[in-house]
Order: sequence, then C-alpha cells, then structure tokens
Amino acid sequence: MENLIALLIAAPLLGAAVLLVGGRRLDAVGQWVGTLLSTVSFVLGLVLFGDLLGRSAEDRTLTQHLFSWIPVEGFQADVGFRLDQLSMTFVLLITGVGSLIHLYSVGYMEHDERRRRFFGYLNLFLAAMLLLVLADNYLLLYVGWEGVGLASYLLIGFWQHKPSAATAAKKAFLVNRVGDMGLSIAIMLMFTTFGTFAFGPLLGAEGQQGIAGDASEGKLTAIALMLLLAACGKSAQVPLQSWLGDAMEGPTPVSALIHAATMVTAGVYLIVRSAAIFNGAPDAQLVVTVVGAVTLLFGAIVGCAKDDIKKALAGSTMSQIGYMVLAAGLGPIGYVFAIMHLVTHGFFKAGLFLGAGSVMHGMNDEVDMRKYGGLRKYMPVTFVTFGLGYLAIIGFPGLSGFFSKDKIIEAAFAKGGAEGWILGGCALLGAAITAYYMTRVMLMTFFGEERWKNQPTRSPEAPSAEPAAAHHGEHAEPHPHESPKVMTIPMIVLAFGSVFAGGFFSIGDRFLHWLEPVTGHSEGDSPLSVAAVTGATMVCLVIGVGIAYAQYGRRPVPVVAPRGSLLTRAARRDLLQDDFNHVVLVRGGEHLTRSLVYVDHTLVDGVVNGTAASVGGLSGRLRRLQNGFARSYAVSMFGGAAVLVAATLLMRAV
Amino acid sequence: MSFPLLTATAVLPAIGAVATAAVPAARRNAAKALALLFSLVTLALAIVVLVRFDPGGARYQLTESHSWIAEFGVRYELGVDGIGVALVALTALLIPFVILAGWHDADPLETGSKRWRPTQGFFALILAVEAMVILSFEATDVFLFYIFFEAMLIPMYFLIGGFGDRAHEHGEEAASTQRSYAAVKFLLYNLVGGLIMLAAVIGLYVVAGNFSLAEIAQARADGTLHMATSTERWLFLGFFFAFAVKAPLWPLHTWLPNAMGEATAPVAVLITAVVDKVGTFAMLRFCLQLFPEASKWATPVILVLAVISIVYGALLAVGQRDIKRLVAYASISHFGFIILGIFAMTSQGQSGATLYMVNHGISTAALMLVAGFLISRRGSRLIADYGGVQKVAPVLAGTFLIGGLATLSLPGLAPFVSEFLVLVGTFARYPAIGIIATFGIVLAALYTLVLYQRTMTGPVKPEVSAMPDLRARELVVVTPLIVLLIFLGVYPKPVTDIVNPAVKQTLSDVHKKDPKPEVEAAK
Repeated sequence: MENLIALLIAAPLLGAAVLLVGGRRLDAVGQWVGTLLSTVSFVLGLVLFGDLLGRSAEDRTLTQHLFSWIPVEGFQADVGFRLDQLSMTFVLLITGVGSLIHLYSVGYMEHDERRRRFFGYLNLFLAAMLLLVLADNYLLLYVGWEGVGLASYLLIGFWQHKPSAATAAKKAFLVNRVGDMGLSIAIMLMFTTFGTFAFGPLLGAEGQQGIAGDASEGKLTAIALMLLLAACGKSAQVPLQSWLGDAMEGPTPVSALIHAATMVTAGVYLIVRSAAIFNGAPDAQLVVTVVGAVTLLFGAIVGCAKDDIKKALAGSTMSQIGYMVLAAGLGPIGYVFAIMHLVTHGFFKAGLFLGAGSVMHGMNDEVDMRKYGGLRKYMPVTFVTFGLGYLAIIGFPGLSGFFSKDKIIEAAFAKGGAEGWILGGCALLGAAITAYYMTRVMLMTFFGEERWKNQPTRSPEAPSAEPAAAHHGEHAEPHPHESPKVMTIPMIVLAFGSVFAGGFFSIGDRFLHWLEPVTGHSEGDSPLSVAAVTGATMVCLVIGVGIAYAQYGRRPVPVVAPRGSLLTRAARRDLLQDDFNHVVLVRGGEHLTRSLVYVDHTLVDGVVNGTAASVGGLSGRLRRLQNGFARSYAVSMFGGAAVLVAATLLMRAV
Repeated sequence: MSFPLLTATAVLPAIGAVATAAVPAARRNAAKALALLFSLVTLALAIVVLVRFDPGGARYQLTESHSWIAEFGVRYELGVDGIGVALVALTALLIPFVILAGWHDADPLETGSKRWRPTQGFFALILAVEAMVILSFEATDVFLFYIFFEAMLIPMYFLIGGFGDRAHEHGEEAASTQRSYAAVKFLLYNLVGGLIMLAAVIGLYVVAGNFSLAEIAQARADGTLHMATSTERWLFLGFFFAFAVKAPLWPLHTWLPNAMGEATAPVAVLITAVVDKVGTFAMLRFCLQLFPEASKWATPVILVLAVISIVYGALLAVGQRDIKRLVAYASISHFGFIILGIFAMTSQGQSGATLYMVNHGISTAALMLVAGFLISRRGSRLIADYGGVQKVAPVLAGTFLIGGLATLSLPGLAPFVSEFLVLVGTFARYPAIGIIATFGIVLAALYTLVLYQRTMTGPVKPEVSAMPDLRARELVVVTPLIVLLIFLGVYPKPVTDIVNPAVKQTLSDVHKKDPKPEVEAAK
C-alpha cells in the first residue's frame, strides 16, 4: 500500500510535464488531461485513506523510501515519504479541492488561448504541494515548499502581459524567499544540532520519542523562530503578509486553490508538523500566538476596507490563517483545532472565491463591489453557495466555521493567565470584524440596488485580462448570468463541505481522535465555560452583522467610495505596509545598488588598477599593450622565462 | 604501457584546433563542423575517463609520468582525482554547446565587407582553450600546471578581443574600443596573478627541490619536508592570489564584467563556466594540499572576502542595465559560494563547492546562451530594450526562465543541491557567515526575477514583436542543459559519489574533521 504514496505525486507531475512540454497538439484536450490526473491523485488518496482507517490508531503511519538524494559524508538527505494522519488530511484537502477547482477552471478558462499551460501549472502546483506534505524530511519538504512558490509565481503572473500581474508574481516570490531563508537556516540549525533533519529520528516515529527534545531550549527556540519566519512568508502572516493581496492578480481559480485553500496554509502545516520542536520552545510559541493574533486582526481590518471582492476575501484569508497560526502556537491545546479550521476554511473559502469568480464571470470581470448589487436574482446558484460559505465563515451556528473557529477561541482562553485573556479577546474581536466584513461583501454583491446598470464596468485604461472580458466585449453594460454547470457543480460540492464538515468533524470528537496520535492533545485550563465562550462569540457575530447591515443594508451603497476615516484610508492601502516597504526596502535598495555600481566602477576598479599601476607602472604598459600587444606579450613571456631560467640555474649553483 | 587516456583528452582538441584553423577560408562551414566533431569526440573520450575512474580506488588515477626538463625536475605528470575528473567532464561537456551556440557568431559581418572575421580562428581558439583547461585539471606537476594555467590566457585574449557582440549601443567603433579594453584588462589581471604565482612556484622549487604535487604533499604529510611558517604563508599567498584573480574573488573581480559583457555569449560561457573554474579547482588542489597550515591561517580573511563576493556580486547584479554584465555579477556571487565552501573546510562545504563548480557551469551556460540568442535577435544587450518577449517567443522565454530559476537555486534543479551543501557546510563551522551568505538566496531571486520581468513580461515592445522563437539549433543547445539541470537536481548521487572520496582526502590533508552535531557531542 505504501508504494502508492509516490504515485500521489507522480500523477500531477506527469500532467505538468506532458502539458508543459507537449506543445500545441494538446491544446484541445489539455484541460481534461490536467483534471483527470488531479482526480487520479484524489482517488489514490481515498484508497490510502481507506487503508489508514482500517488500521489501529497507533499504526497509521506509512513510509516509502525511494532513493538516496544527497549523500555526502556526514550528511544524508533522502527522497522518502511519510503518510500519517496529518499528511493524509492534507492530501485529501489538496487533491479533493484541487480536483474541484480543476473542473471549475475548465469552464472559467474556456476562452483563454494559453489554457493548456494554465492546467500544466495547476498540476505542477498539486505535485509540489503533495511533496510538501508527504516529504519525510525537512530538506525534501523544502523542495515542495519552493515548488509551490514557483507554481504560485507562475500562476499569479499567468496574464504576464499585464505589468501589475508580473509585478505581483515577482513580489510574491521575493517575500516568500525571505521566509524560505528562515526554513533554510532552520534546517542548517537542525543539522548542526542533531546531525539530521529527517522526521523519523527528529520528531519520533512509531511510538519512539524523537531526539528533538534533547537539545537545549535556546537551540529549539532558534529553530522554532526560523520555522515561524518560513511560515510567515508562505502563510502571509505579519510581517511578511504584503504579497497576498497583490496575488489576487492571478486568475480566480488560482486564488481559490493556492491563495486560500491550500498553499497559504502550508505554514500552519509546518508548525504543527514540527510540534516536537515548538513544544520545547515556549518562548517561540508565544511569538507564534502573537503573530497569529496580530495577523487575524490585521487581515480582518484590511478586509473591511476593500472594495475589490477578491482583495476583501484575501484579507479574510490572511485573518483566518491568523486564527490557525494562533491555535498552532498554543501547543497541544490548539494543534488539532488549527488543522480542523484549516480544513473547514479550505471548503468555505475556496467556495467563496469560486463564487466571486462566478460573479466576475457574469459581470465582465468587474471586481469592484460598489458596481455590483442585487445579483441574487440573476445568479441564484452562486448566491446560495456563496451565502452558505458566508454563513460558515462568520460562524453561524451549526455550520462548519461555527465549530472550528469556536474551538480556537476556546483554546485561546484555555492558554490561561493574562495571555489567555488577551489572545481570547483578540480572537473574539476578530470574530466580530469577520462578521462585519463578510456581511458587507454579501450585501454589496447580492443585495441592494443594481448599481451596475447604465454604466460600463471597466474603464478603458485598465483593460481586463480575465478571459470573459474578451468574450463579452469590454465596455458594454454587463448582463449578469449564472455560470455554466462545470463551474456551479464544484461550488455546490464545496458548499456542502462548508455546511456539514464542521459538524461531522466535531460530533464525537472524530477529528480530534483522528489527529491526536500525531499532534498530541491536552485540554488546557479555561477560565470560561464552553457555553460562555460560545455565547460571547454569538454576541460578537450579531454585533458585526448588525453594524454592517446598518451601514450597507439600510442605506444605498455609493458607487464611488467615500473618502472615509483615517483608519479606512489606511486599511484600503493595506495598513500602509506597501508604503513602508517601498520607502524602506525598495527605495533604500535602489540607492544602495546604484551607489554600489558607482563604487565598483570607480573605487574598486580604480584602486585595484591604481595599485597595480603604482607597483609596476602597469598603466603605461597597458597603453603600450593596447598598441602593440603581441610584441609586448612576447617580451613579457620572454622576461618571465628568463627569470625562471636564471632562478633555476642559481639553484643548481647553490 | 597503457593508452595515455588523459593526454588524449587534451591532444584531441589541440589537434582539432590546428585542423580547424587550417581549413581554407572559403569553407567556413566545414571548419565549424570539424570543430564540433572534435569537441564531440573529446566528450566521448571524457566519458571513457569518467567510466574508467574508480571512486573507491587510488587518489590519482589514469596517471602518466614522463621526464620532461630533467635539469629542473619538471615532469610531464598527469592524473585525476574525483574533483579533477568531474571538471574534465564538465569542460568536455560544455564545449560542444559553446561551439554550437556560437555557430554564427564569427561569420563575416556581410558579404564583401572589409572587416572579415576569421571564422576558423574563432572555433580553433575555443578548442585550444579546451585543451589547456583540460590539461590544467589533469596536471599533477606544479610547473606543468603553471604553464597551462598561463597559456590559456593567449587564446582567451584573442577570443575576447577579436570577437565581440555584433550589437552595441554606441556603434561598431565604440564596441571595438571597449572590446580591446576588456581583453587587455582580462590579460593584465591574469598575467599579474600568474607572475606572482610564478615567483611562488619557483620558491616552492627552492624549498622542495621538485615540482611533483604528490611527492611534495606526501613529504609534507610525513614531516620530511619542513617549511618555515612564514615561507609557507608567502608561498600560499602567491598561489592563492593567482587563483583568486581567476576565480574571481572580490575585490579582484572587476575584469570579469568587462570580459563577459564584451565577449560573445558563448565566449562568456567559456570564461565563467570553464576557465574560471581552474581558479577554484586549483585552490582545492594546490593551496590546501601544498600549504595546509597557511590555508587554515588565511581562512578567516578568505571567508570574509567570499561572503563579501556573494552579497556584493548579487547587489551589483541587481543594479545592472546590461543583461550580460548582470550574469557576470551573478557569477561573482556564485564564485563567492564556491570559495566559501572550499574554505569552510567541512565535507559538506567542499563536496558542495565541487558540485557547485559543475552545476554553475551548466546553469550559467543555460542562462547565458539563451541570453545570447535573445541578444542576437534584437541587437542590444540593454535590459530596457526588451519587454513582453514571452508573448512572441514563449519557448525562448520559458528556457530563459528555467536558466534563471537554476541561477537562483530553485530546489529541484541542480544548483540548489550544491548551494545548500555549501551553506550547511559553512554554517556548521561559522554560523554567522553562513547566515549572511543565506541572504544571497533572496538577492539571487531579486536579480533573476527582475531580469525576467523586464525582458519577458509586460506589453510587447514594437522592436521585439517580430522576434522568432528558438530555432532547432538553439533548442539542441538548450534542451540537454535543462535536462541535466533537472537530473542533477533530483539525482546528484552519481557526481557526489565521485567527488566525496577526493574531498575526504583533501580534508585529511589539512587535518580537519567535521564538527559533531551538538546533541551527539553532548553525550
């Protein structure tokens, strides 16, 4: 059975290779090849899942060793896989949601001439993401880690002729590289501390305790903080969050799959996977919770101010991952719930993005919610599925988000002490803001007046790249319509997940029992009862929805955004993160490189040349060489040879 | 006596050079075909050498030894260890691609033009360089090595000075001036390095009484050859200086951007992927073996210079306006990594450095040759003259991106393996330097992706709108290089297996052991 693990990765990798190298011959069928191979991987995942379920809880780790990758004296990196409950959960999420989004893209990308390449990149992403979660050592994980970064780069910049897309792609890769530096240093630290970076010996396997606990707390803290840096890059956590909003330049299915459901959650995977290291580094864990709490508020505030539907959802993604990171930082109290929220979020956020894509598809690719309104009549399926995703994310009782987010808020309080109160308070506040901004999105899009009537949806200066635009013509008044079945079916399936997954996981603590053997679990010591936390969450929900309704439901939404308060304006600019980066890093960097180019040309070159000149009168010789090079060279050679002969003769005389 | 295989690997391209040069002027294409043929047969021979080499066997294999200048104890001694054999193979591998990529680089500018360019000479010179570089990797007699180390400057000088890019922003006259400036600068820098080394070579002879690498190293290890500390240090510096110019190490690097910028792309590949490797190779073989104590003495300074090279080269690459100069500064950064790996004196560092030499050769060749194809289409080296190329020439853009991703050491491609080994090997002994060097990976992403963005993405510039995609000949050049980059990224074991024993030997020469993992050491 374990021999199937490699095939999980091989199927989409094959798809990527065939689609990217295959050439134009495959243009007609490329989308189906990609979707098929993604589905193959999903089916294999189901088979393996069935196999794991058939085993006892302690015996659910499969390993497969393929070959020795980098064998160097004292250094051993292998290509090997480890499938346990944690990676299995990810495999099903990645291939399941991935296959649905492949299917959706068949419709969404129908009119794009480079569609074959798009599906090749999507398959490449799946392969890299599966490698990331299946690798049995950190260096191989790193390959998947940067592999998904590459796929993300290629897909954000898919419409490369748009300068904004190309810039966003580059930015995503660069910010991620800063995070990758952290992963790189973490692996080096593991190597010098433990002599290995393989999961088996380090983190423990088959009931055996790993050696991770043998190191000093200082070393573990250093490793953990470096892993956190990596997680911040990949999962768009403060301070490396700036790329995610821009990443919405990519086609919407990409935003759904990579920048909402799967890749951006890799940081959470990394932290939970490294539980054995974080558990020994409480200081680092505290930093993790702080990063999570700050980001969940940061993302939520940004989400409130955006008029671009995808960017509002991107802020939301950042915020929801903040919840997961916060939970992961709580240690055994929170690991399981971090992953549970990750899975339910995968359903409802992917569903929300696909819904947004469906809206854009029917609206000539307009993304400005101020030019939407009243769309529920025109797109009933999109409205219902999006609405269920909306209810799930705000934590409406009984839906997925209700179970998974509540657990995180409870766990935050359960950390105990002042920290518990602060973190729990942040999480509650976040819940209120979530309810606010999601209600705002919902109202602006599907309710109210039809603000798109009597006006072209796109200004001519910003020609759209999304394929539907070319199809419908750009300046016409939009004719909102429901999307084809190939797009709505995935939305319906995801809506089912958004509604039922949380309840299914929570009844009888199914998810907890499934994951606990890998991550461990402890209850913590909450100062508040479960009922109190749930009650408080409900109050926050009602407040958030109420304010949004008062602002956007009872009053007409202006088509042109009002100036807004200072905070609103800052939030529209992503709380000035880019302005900061621009002034400090971009401008500073430009000045640095420009002055270095000057220094290199005048100073370094000049000093070296000058030294040479003063030592041997070389500058004069240089001029002469330029005139009569061959002769002078001959003289030089002759001179050298003469010195040599003289010296050796001298030696013999001695 | 067995067949002198190593001599043959060098004699063959040398004969090829003479034969190519002798082809009559009118039969240009025959000369090119002949040069390509000779380079391919040399490659076949290098593969035989690789197969015959036994990684578990003696340190130097396939040895040849003949008395040459008996009076001075100069012998014609050849032999390869794992490091040498890997670099001989790299050289033999790259030359056919260099020749094929430069197929039209030396064609007459236009029929009837007075500025006739000697096509035959171009290819003959490339083969001559190949012969001398291969001999430098094979020579185990210090004086013999010195001769080839210096002699390769002559054909290189003519290649840089005589055959530049056809395109130049300030016209042919300015190009010609800049070309000869670059060629002379290349020559003078290396000549000065070589002369200082010559003094050290003579000094070594004075101390040791012969030029045999194996004998001197053995005598040093036995303690039968004693060297005063100051003598050893001076001799070390003499050797190291020459290699640091060639490698090149900051601040002796300024000749490289000139040379690589002015030369044609294939010649630039020849410089950075092949010729410069002799410098780093020689550090491993001569500096560490002959002067182990002095090497350790100089390590701190060299590590600092190497890490400056990494960061400085990368920052300068970010600031370049010229595609080829950008690649040159990127190479300076990469050479910093190689030197860092060598002088970290750990198994991972040195195996990584050797692997790095091979991988850098392949990845730079891929990137630079595609850049050359691009430049030949538009007639400009300036980044700002391009834009939106991927729309009109997707295959060219795709291969350029892969070359770039290799340059930024994307995991899954060969350079990642070597770069990570160098970093981890450095970090194990010098954590602070390892961390600073790690910044290089962010900067590498910056200069590569900015280059790609500015040239390949965005709206299509009118000047590139009619640009043809890669032609068959160009695809034949690029495809195998990309396949190799992927293969060696996924399965570098064939190379590490050859290199590891040689690195182990070198480390024992300098009496260095790898640091133990902390957890293990604590027990």
